[in-house]
Order: sequence, then C-alpha cells, then structure tokens
Amino acid sequence: MRILIKGGKIVDPAVSEAEADLLVVDGVIREIRPVGAGGEQAACDRVIDAAGKLVMPGLIDMHVHLREPGFEYKETIESGCAAAAAGGFTAVCCMPNTDPVNDCPELTEFILKKAQAAGTARVHPVAAISRLSEGKRLCEYGELKAAGVVAVSDDGRPVESGRLMRRAMEYASGFGLPVISHCEELSLAGDGVMNEGAYATKMGLPGIPNTAESVMVLRDIALSELTGCPLHIAHVSTKESVAAIREAKKRGVPVTAETAPHYFTLTEEAVGQYDTHAKMNPPLRSAGDLEAIVEGLADGTIDVIATDHAPHAPVEKEVEFDHAPNGIIGLETSVGLTLRLVRKGVLTLGQMVEKMSLNPARILGLTRGVSEGLPADLTLIDPEQEWTVEAAAFRSLSRNTPFIGWTLPGKAVLTMVGGRIIHG
Amino acid sequence: MQLRQKDILDMDSLSTVEIELILDTAAGMKEISLRPIKKVPTLRGKTVILFFYEPSTRTRTSFDIAAKRLSADSLSISAKTSSLVKGETLIDTARNLEAMNPDILVIRHSSAGVPHLLGRTMAASVINAGDGMHAHPTQTLLDLMTVKEKKGRIQGLRLAIIGDIAHSRVARSDIVGFTKMGAEVTVCAPPTMIPAGINALGASVTHRIEEAIDGADVIMMLRIQLERQKDYLFSTVREYAKYFGLNVRRLQKARDDVLIMHPGPMNRGVEIASEIADGPYSIILDQVTNGVAVRMALLYLVAGGVRHADSD
Ligand SMILES: [Zn+2]
Ligand SMILES: [Zn+2]
Repeated sequence: MRILIKGGKIVDPAVSEAEADLLVVDGVIREIRPVGAGGEQAACDRVIDAAGKLVMPGLIDMHVHLREPGFEYKETIESGCAAAAAGGFTAVCCMPNTDPVNDCPELTEFILKKAQAAGTARVHPVAAISRLSEGKRLCEYGELKAAGVVAVSDDGRPVESGRLMRRAMEYASGFGLPVISHCEELSLAGDGVMNEGAYATKMGLPGIPNTAESVMVLRDIALSELTGCPLHIAHVSTKESVAAIREAKKRGVPVTAETAPHYFTLTEEAVGQYDTHAKMNPPLRSAGDLEAIVEGLADGTIDVIATDHAPHAPVEKEVEFDHAPNGIIGLETSVGLTLRLVRKGVLTLGQMVEKMSLNPARILGLTRGVSEGLPADLTLIDPEQEWTVEAAAFRSLSRNTPFIGWTLPGKAVLTMVGGRIIHG
Repeated sequence: MQLRQKDILDMDSLSTVEIELILDTAAGMKEISLRPIKKVPTLRGKTVILFFYEPSTRTRTSFDIAAKRLSADSLSISAKTSSLVKGETLIDTARNLEAMNPDILVIRHSSAGVPHLLGRTMAASVINAGDGMHAHPTQTLLDLMTVKEKKGRIQGLRLAIIGDIAHSRVARSDIVGFTKMGAEVTVCAPPTMIPAGINALGASVTHRIEEAIDGADVIMMLRIQLERQKDYLFSTVREYAKYFGLNVRRLQKARDDVLIMHPGPMNRGVEIASEIADGPYSIILDQVTNGVAVRMALLYLVAGGVRHADSD
C-alpha cells in the first residue's frame, strides 16, 4: 500500500516547516521530498492533495473519558474513537473511572480489544492509582504496564492521602509510569459547583476557590520532588497552579501539565442563567485565570492541551445546576478552539503540534513525528476552513458542550493511523 | 401596563418601572384584605399551582391566601406528598404539571436556578418563591412595600442587612432590589458569612454591627442557622449573639425613626431581642400582611391583568 500526500506544509519543529511530498508505504513514512520530485505518482494506490493543508504528527488527546464499560449510553469505545478520529486525533488516553474501574490487567485488555475492533483511533488506557480508585491500596502497576497502560491516575477522585500519593509515585517510577493527578482538595471544594467569586455570589451558587486546586498542585509537586517520579497535572485551571508549576519546572522538578480548551476559551460567566454545559470540575474560572492559562501555554509552563472529554446524556445535564454532572465533550472541537489561539498569535503552529502531539507522546513514552521511518500517524488540518459547530454532526454519542453554534477557524480534514485513513 | 416577562425569577430581571407597578398594584390589593368579604373574582377560572420542594408554611400560606382572595383555584404540591416527584427528573415533573394546564406555577426549591429552568420549559408563568441561596423576589417586593409605606420612599434610604449573608437569598434579592430603587445597602456579618464579591452586587461590607446600625434607616436581621456551626461559620451561639445580635443597648445607637425587619422565622434572643421584635420599631407583622398583598399583585399581573381593570 503506497500513499502519496502531496504538497502539504509539514508542521513539526524537528523538521523545517516546509511544503513537501510525503510517501507512506505500508503504514510507515518512507520518504519526505520536495514537492513534485520522484514522479512515481502513478505507482501509488492513493494520492492525497494536501496543498494548503497542514501535515501534523498524529494528534494525541491524553485525557478522555470513553465511558465504556458501564456508561455506554454516554459513549462507547467505538463512538469515542470515531469522535477522536473526526476531531483529528490519532490516539486518546482513556481515564479509568468506568464501571468497573480500570484497575486490573483484564479490564485494560478488554478496552484494548474493543479499541482494536473499532479500528479507528489508537487507545492508550490510563489505569487507576488505587484499587477502585478508593484511595486505599495500590493497583498492580507492573501487570498493568505489561497489559498496555501508559500512566496511572485516580482522575475524578483526588488522592486525598498524601502518604498514598507518595507511595504511588515511588512505586510507579519503578515501573516507568507517570502519575497523572486530578488536583482537588475536597474539603476546600466543599459543595461548590462553580468558581468562587462575584458571579457565583450573584447566582446564589456555592463556589469552589482556586485554592482547592492549587493546594493539591503544591502538595503533588513536593511529592514529585521527593520521589523523583514524573508527575503530570491534569486540567490546570487557576493562575496559582500555573505559577506553582512554572516555579517547580525552574527548580527541575519532573512535572508537566495540561489544560483543556474550555479553560483558555471561557470564563465563569459562561454559566449564564444556570447553563449546565458550563459546569465542569475544575470549574471555569475568572478572566485573570484564563489570562494566566494562556500565558502558561505560550511560555511552555503548560505542556499539553487535552480535552477532558466527558460525555453525559441530555437527561443528565437537563437538571438543577447543582445536581448536574461535571464535564463537557471536547474531542471534536479541540483543534478548532486551539487554532483560535494560533489565529490570535498566542501559539505558533509548532507549539500547537507540541501541545497536541509531541509533548503528550514524550510524557507517555509514545513515538510521534513527521520523519522517515516513523509510523504514519498523521493529522491533516485545513487552517482556513471555517465551520460551525452543530450538535447533529458529532460522532460522539453525547452533545454536552457549550460550543454548539460557535464558528471555529479550521478543522482536521484527514486523520491517518499507521497509514490507514480513519477520517477524511 | 403589563410586565415584560411571563416569569418573576429574580430582582435583576425586573425594571424599576415594573417594581413601581407591582408596589402600586399591591397597595390596591391590600385594601381588598381589609374588607369584610375578602374576595374578588379577578382570577376566577385561573389555576395556580404552589409547588414547594422545600418546606415553608409561611410563604406557601401567603401565596395560598393571595390566590384565594383573587378567586383563583390554587393547589399545593409538596415534594414529600407528591408521587410526581419520586424518581422523576425536574423536567419530567414540569412536563407533567404543564399537562394539567396551570396558568401560574409558584415554585420554592432548594436548588438555585430551578425557577429559570421551569420558566424555560413551561408555558405557565413561573413565580420564584425562593430558590436555594439565589433569590426571593416576593420577599424583597414585600420588604420594599413595607418600607415605602412607612417612609414614603426608598430613594436615599440606608438599609443594613445583618446576619448570614452568604446563605441568604433574601439578602441577595434585597441588595439588588433596594439598590435598584435608590437605597444604599450595607451588609454586616463575620467574614465567614460574607460571600466573595458581594460588593459587585452593590453592597458595602462591615464586620462591626455598630457600624452597620449607625445611621441606618432600616435594619434587616437574618435568621442564624445553628447547623452552620458545623461548617465553621461561627463558634458559639452565645458569641454570635454578643457580637452580631440586635439588642436594646445597640438599638439606642440607631436613628430615632429606624425600622426593624426580619424575614422570619426568628431566633428570639439570638439575632434579635424579643423586646425589639415586639417593640415599636418593628415592622415584622406589617411584612407578613404586605406579603399577601404583594403576592396578590404578582398573581394578578403575571396572569396578564391590566392595572385599574380590577376596579369594577
Ligand atoms: Zn479530573
Ligand atoms: Zn477527567
């Protein structure tokens, strides 16, 4: 199988940003050469005209909730992977808070088998830190790694015990697994349902202070420093967290961080008149926090853009604001929302590729890049194709997003995994 | 003149002109309550559902009397007695109620924003009778009516609200309503009971009751809820009463024509001394009387009534 991708602009900081032809043979990038060189076009099974398109190393969303097993009415591995492919992602990492929780090799194998059967985006499972994510006993990290997990996290349920977190980091580092931390101090978050501040006060909703996040970020940075274990901070939402991570990196602590498109796009005011599509955990913050997140992305403090794709059924979101579940879907809007930052001059295309592909790959021990000899995991993006987000067009089973009706500046037009086209 | 929106959700969504209209209409309605036969046929054939997810004998009774004095058919449903509620989502319940074609739904709920959700879902007019910590517009309207009756104006008055501001929908609605009508509002409580960014609603803040009382034309005392101790909002009732309770000694520092309000129910001897609650400055019972008049006015206005049309 020979595929020729013609005339696209390659975006990979390791390569120079230049237009080139890409020859993919049997799932591997065989040759990168000047546009029009070679001339054996006729010998190719498929020729893709990529003129005016960006050719990126395959995008990775390292924070996704696929909901299977247990909540297949929200999303399945198949529908989630289809949404990923449509959004330009060649791979996703699925969080373990399914039912049952992914805390054993059998469940990891089940997920990988389902993903294989779906045959679209790659799935790299994240296993639980503790059995049932209950914060009591460690999972079998060695067995889990052998089964295919790329990291451990009790996402959704913060690890309350500092002692357990310390041991988890020590134990995980022995197996070469990074620990992903959902940083939330539960007693400070209390019964809060949105960001603490004037808007929550006006709406009569209990607030969650920034401190509920940053206190845990500081604890986990200290534990990472103590144990030497690579720590990845999930969904950073506050300026205090950004400052703490920036400072820790300067000290050489092995910490990395992600934020989600909603935290660099929306503020707490998106709650409007109790719109549950603006309810997530951590909550949308103030304009000052948004600014700090954007700065953190620009200066490299925040390494990764990940969506925290969290599907919920309409009947679950169409309820009292304080009863509504947290989270929004994100796989199919992430590229468009990130391109808005590129349009604004906040990020270069090279940085976009780092945050959506190369950095997640580095953190998780995966391979990505547009260079000869690497697997042909590629995302083609049309940076000029404006489009309007429509609920009916989603591949995800769920529709819970505040971005319906938004016009975004560009989108993924082709997604390729190991030389197979899974979208476009 | 009519109200612009079908629902009464909070004080933010009412204009000053609408507030004046409601207060004027309520003054007319109060007269009905003073007649030997306290009933007019104005809302005959209209159905009012009183849907109280949270127990509140006081507000529910006030709405019930208001509806009956206007000859509407009123029906009370409480969350505990209703088979509508078990295992059903709020939207399902709303759709079921809607199928009974009510004209007005009066809703009390422990979650902020429920009246908004019902208002969006239902064709009936929704009146917010208190939603979580968010709003209690009918309380604020009756407070405005009572103060206006006594003082002849709202413009330029100074209102002090003393107590657990953070958990009080009455405080939020009164801050918005009184500042909108030209009053100055100060809130007073220990810092644990002052919510973040309350200044943005238009209130100034003090942690000393003497400062709050000084120069106030109206003092609103809020009920202190004992279970807030568990959330570390204050230490002991004794200390709370000592530093934030309204007693006779403190009242001597107030203006001679000060008015004392309380949305009820009171903790006598805690946030308010009995002598004050029952004393000459107290307008607490006027608040209750005016509560019926304000609710009659609202039922009438949201039912589409045109002012003065009730004079026949
Ligand atoms: Zn999380
Ligand atoms: Zn998550």
